[in-house]
Amino acid sequence: MAARFGRGAMTNSWNDIKNADLIFVMGGNPAENHPCGFKWAIKARQEKGTKIISVDVRYHRTAAVSDIFVQIRPGSDIAFMGGLINYVIQNKKYDEEYIKYFTNATYIVKDTYNFDPTTGLFSGYDPEKRKYDTKLWDYERDEKGMVKKDMTMEHPRCVFQLLKQFYSRYTPEVVEKITGVPKEKFLEVAKLIAETGVPDKSMTHLYALGWTHHSWGTQVIGSMAILQLLLGNIGVPGGGVNALRGHANIQGMTDLAGEGRFLHGYLKPPTPEQQTLKDYIETNTPKPWDEGSMNYWSNYSKFIVSLLKSYFGDNATPENEFCYSYLPKQDKIISWDEAVDRMFRGKMEGVVSIGVNLLANTPNAKKTAVALSNLKWMVVMDPFETEMVAFWKHAENPESIKTEVFLLPSAVFAEKEGTKTNSARTLKWQYKAVEPPEDAKEELWFIGNLYMKLKELYQKEGGVFPDPILKARWPFQNPYHPTAEEVLALEINGVALDDIKDDKGNVVVKKGERLPSFIYLKDDGTTSCGMWLYCGVFPQSGNRAKSADLTDPSGLGIYPNYGYSWPANRRILYNRASAGPDGNPRSPKKKLVWWNAKEQKWVGYDVPDIKPDLPPEYGPFIMLPEGRGRLYSQFLVDGPFPEHYEPYESPVENFLHPKTDKNPVVKVYKSDLDLLGKPDKYPYAAATYRVTEHFHYWTKHIYGTSVLFQKMFVEIPEELAKELDIKEGQKVRIVTARGSAEAYALPTKRIKPLTVNGKKVYTVGIPIHWGFEGIVRGSLANLTTPFVWDPNSQTPEFKGFLCNIEKVKA
Amino acid sequence: MSTVTTEGTVGLGLKRVSASKLPDPNIKRADTLAILVDISSCIGCKGCEAACTQWHDLKPPLFKEGQDFVGYQSYPDLMPSLFMMMKFKEGETEKGLTWFITKYQCMHCGDPGCLKACPSPGAIIQYENGIVDFDHSKCIGCKFCLSGCPFDIPRYDSNNKPWKCNFCVDRVSAGLEPACVKACPTNCLHFGTKEDMLSRAKKIVDQLKRRGFEKAIIYDPPGVGGTGYIYVLPHGDKPQMYGLPKEASVSPWISLWKGPLKIFGAVVLWGTLLGAFLQLILFGPIKAGNKKED
Repeated sequence: MAARFGRGAMTNSWNDIKNADLIFVMGGNPAENHPCGFKWAIKARQEKGTKIISVDVRYHRTAAVSDIFVQIRPGSDIAFMGGLINYVIQNKKYDEEYIKYFTNATYIVKDTYNFDPTTGLFSGYDPEKRKYDTKLWDYERDEKGMVKKDMTMEHPRCVFQLLKQFYSRYTPEVVEKITGVPKEKFLEVAKLIAETGVPDKSMTHLYALGWTHHSWGTQVIGSMAILQLLLGNIGVPGGGVNALRGHANIQGMTDLAGEGRFLHGYLKPPTPEQQTLKDYIETNTPKPWDEGSMNYWSNYSKFIVSLLKSYFGDNATPENEFCYSYLPKQDKIISWDEAVDRMFRGKMEGVVSIGVNLLANTPNAKKTAVALSNLKWMVVMDPFETEMVAFWKHAENPESIKTEVFLLPSAVFAEKEGTKTNSARTLKWQYKAVEPPEDAKEELWFIGNLYMKLKELYQKEGGVFPDPILKARWPFQNPYHPTAEEVLALEINGVALDDIKDDKGNVVVKKGERLPSFIYLKDDGTTSCGMWLYCGVFPQSGNRAKSADLTDPSGLGIYPNYGYSWPANRRILYNRASAGPDGNPRSPKKKLVWWNAKEQKWVGYDVPDIKPDLPPEYGPFIMLPEGRGRLYSQFLVDGPFPEHYEPYESPVENFLHPKTDKNPVVKVYKSDLDLLGKPDKYPYAAATYRVTEHFHYWTKHIYGTSVLFQKMFVEIPEELAKELDIKEGQKVRIVTARGSAEAYALPTKRIKPLTVNGKKVYTVGIPIHWGFEGIVRGSLANLTTPFVWDPNSQTPEFKGFLCNIEKVKA
Repeated sequence: MSTVTTEGTVGLGLKRVSASKLPDPNIKRADTLAILVDISSCIGCKGCEAACTQWHDLKPPLFKEGQDFVGYQSYPDLMPSLFMMMKFKEGETEKGLTWFITKYQCMHCGDPGCLKACPSPGAIIQYENGIVDFDHSKCIGCKFCLSGCPFDIPRYDSNNKPWKCNFCVDRVSAGLEPACVKACPTNCLHFGTKEDMLSRAKKIVDQLKRRGFEKAIIYDPPGVGGTGYIYVLPHGDKPQMYGLPKEASVSPWISLWKGPLKIFGAVVLWGTLLGAFLQLILFGPIKAGNKKED
């Protein structure tokens, strides 16, 4: 989504789902995995008669309450989406005004871009490096660097025409041949979706890991971004592409550098080419590509300098480039797959893990087990003895494993206070309910003690590079145990280090006060802020994450004073797009923010997602240099338009281009454990997933939740069970090229065999929640899954691999 | 109120008690309460089931190795340590594949078959607000309550004491909603007066009919005097798919046993006693054989 809209987050909010005129669920199962959020979908239907459509590889609990359910083959999602895009374009159901002014439909692309439908490759592919030269996909520009446009959208190389041509291949017949969805069923859904391409109506799209877990996960989400832009459903109440985050604070993890891809606040980690702060800022500060582009990342320098001030305090000065030299310059991002592979190859000495169960979570658990056994030491903070901690006990020969494992007993969520950032980017304070038992401590205690000990050791013994530790800013009253509120106030929200003045010289924030908003951040070292997007959550007036005001003046479910949503307390991102190019609401039914011509500023029910005094000529997608949403994105490593590729293990060949059947830029791991299977030996398509009753590998440690679903099971189509003579409750083995997992068979009517281009394809469903630790136990589902990853987001391909099923003899 | 041991802790008016005439007339009046289960909004998350076991401090057992796997249901059946559970059943309807997911527990009948069947005075209680509850101190463990129940509900522990949903009578009497309703994330469960629940249910049924569920009904079987749990069933023509009997009623044998048979029983009992008394008067005590004394 970041590549299409500018921010990689749920565009709207949970509450906003109630405003939708159509709820389209694909790539997710919110009734099961987000039951509390799904109440807003139920509410929309109860109050407005909104239809719910569910598209999935199996009929689940969301399907059970949907108006229409469509079963597709695992791994064929982009073909289905391509069909929808094609339907909307061919039947002229797109929102013409919206795409003309708010997307890059009018932009002209260089003639070095092309796509060859017979090979399935975009221009610039290097088969040896398995990489595209993405520079070939740039726009045509004038001498000032501005993109050339054709407002009639008739230029053969304008984005709209390229898009139209690209998806013309995805006819309903082709969709049927790839996905197994009958043409009539597809058209029934397409018609309903296309009806929302008018300003009066909006469709919300809900997805989760059903879409990210593919070797083209980023692309399929992009396909929905394209569809929603075409229909004008972004930036309006009841619209959006809504990434439903599964863990209560996973959005917070992403925001605060939980992934190696980012520093805090989505700033880029420095590379070896960027040896000076000046180089780093220059490379990362985009120039506007359109006259109507606000280009918010032009403020990049303010965010990074304030971040460095937060990291290194008074030690960071303009003279020493604010200690920029302390930041590691990485030639390669060490993502999840890369980290596990390095351990596997013996290239990593130790691991500190907080809030993750690497053995249970990572695909191909056999490989992970070897990886962990190659470590010298491992520190795990967890409330439970997880599979990761106990991996050595289950090795063939436990004595041979030399990894020293430290388990630090950490507090569970109810035993500590702090903020959680929910899926809808809202920070909410959570109070402590009880003290942690016995020796258990909250993570801040462990980290405080760890830091102070490291500092002591560096002071005493020195080291290769002690400065980043010795000169770090650590402004906490008890440095051994910072409080969550201190971290939020002093680190994350940040403070003014000098009087901050406006253009007229008036002091707006006094020295020493906490900053009220990121608009006050400076790049001269007078502000300190650990995460620019959260700046404003804890102003001088108090902790806004603690606010719990339940008033909703607009009735749209905005609740402006309940918690604090980044950025700047906006609840619906890109909301400027709810108003037309003239600034007036595009529909009275979807009125959200609008331009007040008299006062020359943006006003409305939500905080406008644009500089308040910027006239309506400016585009709504302020984080992109275009200022417009991208139907065509040159910044993804695997193509500007999402194209259908098969999963790395598929029961059928690629109907469109057998020559390039899979995503050609995916990194292929080739160790003797990185195995892939073929349909002759492993004939059934499979996907792993979760059930309502459990949360990952966690709730099986708790009695009350353990008993709700005790046994590891596998869902098998009734017809297949009959063929294999498997009865309900019989123990079976799911076998893949990597390994096998035992489970109880559940033959079901809820997964039907599909006919895919003349071939009968069975889908098998494998829930993940069991393991060899906890109150209820079962096989690790990830013994079966492939070590294949999305090249943009480094997310594993859990949906769509091949398996066989064997009976377990009693 | 003096006849029940729950006095003081509950503070609710009694309407009926088993094997007795009307309770103390000094009762409090209360509206009949109900829980509405809107099946069309239920996502089968088992939040209610978890809340129920937690509130009642129950510990349903772990499966033993080799015990039958029961699919999406937590257990094959209710147990003395499981007062309610979700039932899952796959079927076909005119809407295509349908997953029938239903909350299963005591229905709190207006005319409770268990209470009618119970021979022990005061062991089964119906409060003025409609809640049907057990007083285990008076239970004799005869299991007649199960034979009287049209919904196959009470389950007996190793002491033959029956257990079932008590509508969280402790919470309700303290002004709270039952635990299951509190936990429901999708507003599928509603709690209030029966009158309000019926009017809400009617609206939902009307909406379902507009959505093409022409056979949607409110399940509130008159054969048991209506129920404290009422259901909106989208496929009202197939209540058995939801695990609910098509026509629930109290067995005529129970009515017989508590009606004419009871009189007959009383006549036999009193007749026997009278006979014994007459024998005592007329012939003196029966000697216990010709036992020799040491």
